[in-house]
Amino acid sequence: MTKSELIQQLAERNPHLYQRDVERIVTTIFDEISNALSRGDRVELRGFGAFSVKRREARLGRNPRTGQSVQVDEKHIPFFKTGKEMRARLNNGA
Amino acid sequence: MAGQTVTRAQLSEAVYQEVGLSRNESAELVETVLNEISEALARGEMVKISSFGSFAVRKKGKRIGRNPKTGKEVPINPRRVLVFRASHVLKDHINGTLRKPEATA
Repeated sequence: MTKSELIQQLAERNPHLYQRDVERIVTTIFDEISNALSRGDRVELRGFGAFSVKRREARLGRNPRTGQSVQVDEKHIPFFKTGKEMRARLNNGA
Repeated sequence: MAGQTVTRAQLSEAVYQEVGLSRNESAELVETVLNEISEALARGEMVKISSFGSFAVRKKGKRIGRNPKTGKEVPINPRRVLVFRASHVLKDHINGTLRKPEATA
């Protein structure tokens, strides 16, 4: 399922909403999560999962093609932990 | 880094501010969106949200684990796990949009 298919599906199930509004709703949700993460905040959606940001230390990496050493700066990576209910849903079909 | 926690409440509030719906309906829609995604994943479908990331369901085989406390062997049954891969847009957003463009394709 892609974002546009998700929007399509929601629009079909909510005929009282304009497709344009459904689009804005979906976009707003993911923008809000992205913005929270870029502030360093956690996003906790009980039953679904939690997004957080982890710090990766600066390190000396290597260009695998040339073997040359390259300095890799410290960076932050987004991380997702599946929620309990979601995990159960994937496994018991509940 | 602030370190606050954002929950459904803030997402609903953002939807409420952005779209001309009631607070109640905004909250319901946030729930519906999460539900729609969960259902697709439960069907084993991959969910791709452009410029955010993708959620995929991976099957794990049976393996023998060990209780680290007692050292006892315990079978771990086959199961399905959810993995999230963040898009480059999200990664770049998190690392500050002012990052110099790199020579990667």
